[in-house]
Amino acid sequence: MQAQRLLIMTVAGSLAAAAPAAAQTIYPINRAEILEGSHFDFKVEFPDAPASADVKVTINGKSADEVFGKPTTFLQNEEGQKHSALWLRGASLPAGSYTVEATQGADRKATVKWEVFATAQPRRAKNVILFIGDGMSVANRTAARILSKGLVEGRYNGELAMDDMSDMALISTSGTDSVVTDSANAAHAYTTGHKSCVNALGVYCAKNALTLDHPKVETIAELVKRKTGMAVGVVTNSEIEDATPASMVAHTRRRSDFNDIVRMFYDVKPDVIMGGGSPNFLAKTTPGSKRTDGEDFIAKFKEAGYTLVTTKAEMNAAVAGGSKKLLGLYNTGNIDGAFDLRLAKKGTTSKFPDQPDVVEQTKAAIAMLKGNPEGFLLMVESARIDKYSHSLDWERSVFDTIMLDNAVKVAKDFAGDRNDTLIIVVPDHAHPISIIGTYDDDRPGQLLRDKLGVYAESAVPNYGPVDADGYPTDVDTSRRLAVVYGSYPDTCDTGRPAMNGERVPAVKGPDGKTNIANEKDCTGPLAARKTGNLPFDANSGVHSADDVILTAMGPGAEKFRGHKPNTYVFRVMAESLALGGK
Amino acid sequence: MPSIPSLLPMSRREAMLGLAAAGLCGQARAAETESIAFDGLYKSFGVLGFEFSDRVTALRGHEVRMLGYMAPPLKAESRFFVLTREPLAICPFCQSDADWPVDIVVVFMKNETAMVSAGRKVAVTGRLEIGSATDVETGFVSQIRIVDAGFTLA
Repeated sequence: MQAQRLLIMTVAGSLAAAAPAAAQTIYPINRAEILEGSHFDFKVEFPDAPASADVKVTINGKSADEVFGKPTTFLQNEEGQKHSALWLRGASLPAGSYTVEATQGADRKATVKWEVFATAQPRRAKNVILFIGDGMSVANRTAARILSKGLVEGRYNGELAMDDMSDMALISTSGTDSVVTDSANAAHAYTTGHKSCVNALGVYCAKNALTLDHPKVETIAELVKRKTGMAVGVVTNSEIEDATPASMVAHTRRRSDFNDIVRMFYDVKPDVIMGGGSPNFLAKTTPGSKRTDGEDFIAKFKEAGYTLVTTKAEMNAAVAGGSKKLLGLYNTGNIDGAFDLRLAKKGTTSKFPDQPDVVEQTKAAIAMLKGNPEGFLLMVESARIDKYSHSLDWERSVFDTIMLDNAVKVAKDFAGDRNDTLIIVVPDHAHPISIIGTYDDDRPGQLLRDKLGVYAESAVPNYGPVDADGYPTDVDTSRRLAVVYGSYPDTCDTGRPAMNGERVPAVKGPDGKTNIANEKDCTGPLAARKTGNLPFDANSGVHSADDVILTAMGPGAEKFRGHKPNTYVFRVMAESLALGGK
Repeated sequence: MPSIPSLLPMSRREAMLGLAAAGLCGQARAAETESIAFDGLYKSFGVLGFEFSDRVTALRGHEVRMLGYMAPPLKAESRFFVLTREPLAICPFCQSDADWPVDIVVVFMKNETAMVSAGRKVAVTGRLEIGSATDVETGFVSQIRIVDAGFTLA
């Protein structure tokens, strides 16, 4: 017994001696799938700051310089940190399997494998339209179908446009650093085909101190602009600098670098750019600016040939006038969602009375882009599905799901029988949202729980009639869907739609850190106080790691089947557009 | 105003703050102090920027009093805080993807001061400053400020 224990200790001891404290890190990381000819930054980080003579990097047994055909750069003590780095900015490779080995001293070795994939000719899709329902979970689709189409005896009276598509896949969304992703990292997977970490856009997350210095990978908008004559559109109802739209153009470790992201939009120059978030375009001397420098990006875009529009009327006039390059900024913050634009008229609707919704923006974008003989790549985001789910405001989240579906309908009508347009509808991540029954005010009892009908008692809601665009005209009725979130701070559930403005589930407590229930929601007749299940510093619901549902149609869509990682969406778009090659 | 140990129970701390601030600037200045409000700050407010109202422009350099909500402060004791039209649930300083509303007023206190619970309504008194300025310490850019200020709970 004693001998056995000694033996184990000896083995463990020798293992510990052999294994280095920290391994080298190679970017792109292990199992990266890289589009042939796409640009990426190659970086190897060596712990303990060795000299260049003490390290060796090979790719398929040859020197990295030889394989890339360009010299790499070695930085001992990069940025004064306790590591050394080998760099090649703007690398690219022909298709094939690659094994990268980094050795340090006699016994420290790290290995990663890359698959560099080619794309078959001829190009199969002329146009690609990528719809992202930010945070759109299965319950969003179900609730949108109930509200928009109606449910009678267990059958819907119609299909959502996004459900009525030929192909479907289950998509996983986790990033390199965590089970649960954020919208930056998640959208980055769609636009670059690489996995990255929370808050990152167009970069791997290395040890660099500055957010813009991390190893970059090329985005699909950059690829399309560099390699084809296609036009590019980026459309959202969030601030245009927000994570999802930014993922088309941005390279930063920190998604909140809004001022840099505006410059990145300017560098890439998508032909159509529409959303909110104007203050980061204004020079800091202009009241209302959020820039910290004197750059006037409104003037710069105009000089670059863009028509600037700030209202729906101006947008439509620009389309009618034949504009091909458009910068549409309709709000200082996020554009109001469908619930406020149509029903509640809260949010910033009085301050910005003529904002287009995502459907109108999509129509305008397609009208401007479709004339390009080389085709177009358009990303459309319904951003506030996510933002309203963070606020536990499911009615607003579901109205924006219906809005996304109407935008998908616009794209499907455009694609028609052309068979040259790949349409993809996909969330970037999920929220823990579910439909558990219906609240009926006519049920006996005084508490929200008394009003909840489950199973046989979950009667169909009595929302007002739907309008021509598929939105119910009244949701503050006596029998309503019971939609619950699985993650929440301390909060009060009113069991009713928030007609007076977006729900604020929690506010900062006296200690300035802990979040406590927003008492405004705690006084209604049915208000139910809930003890939060999230960390105390959370003020709203969080994303979930649940898989999301992708639907697609058009050339290339048939590749979507079964379960795929989110990076696969990039691959299908790149293959349909034949973006590979040198 | 002396900084107050953060270990004090909140109710007492807030009460002391209220008394201290009232004593400092409430009564003595009341006569010559003009009140301004978020609703009257701007003449025009649009996507491409805004213009301050004539009255606010005329009050530049004068003592003003303004009601608003204290945004979640960066730290418990600070020289400045952000005054907002509506209570802010989030702390844009603390959260990488959170952002300030456009129509904020930045308040620079006379002294480093203990902040009250975020989301509390406060009345700020101080000298009105207008025009783009960048705080040296934090890099925070503001267009309208109340400086040499004190506040009371409202």
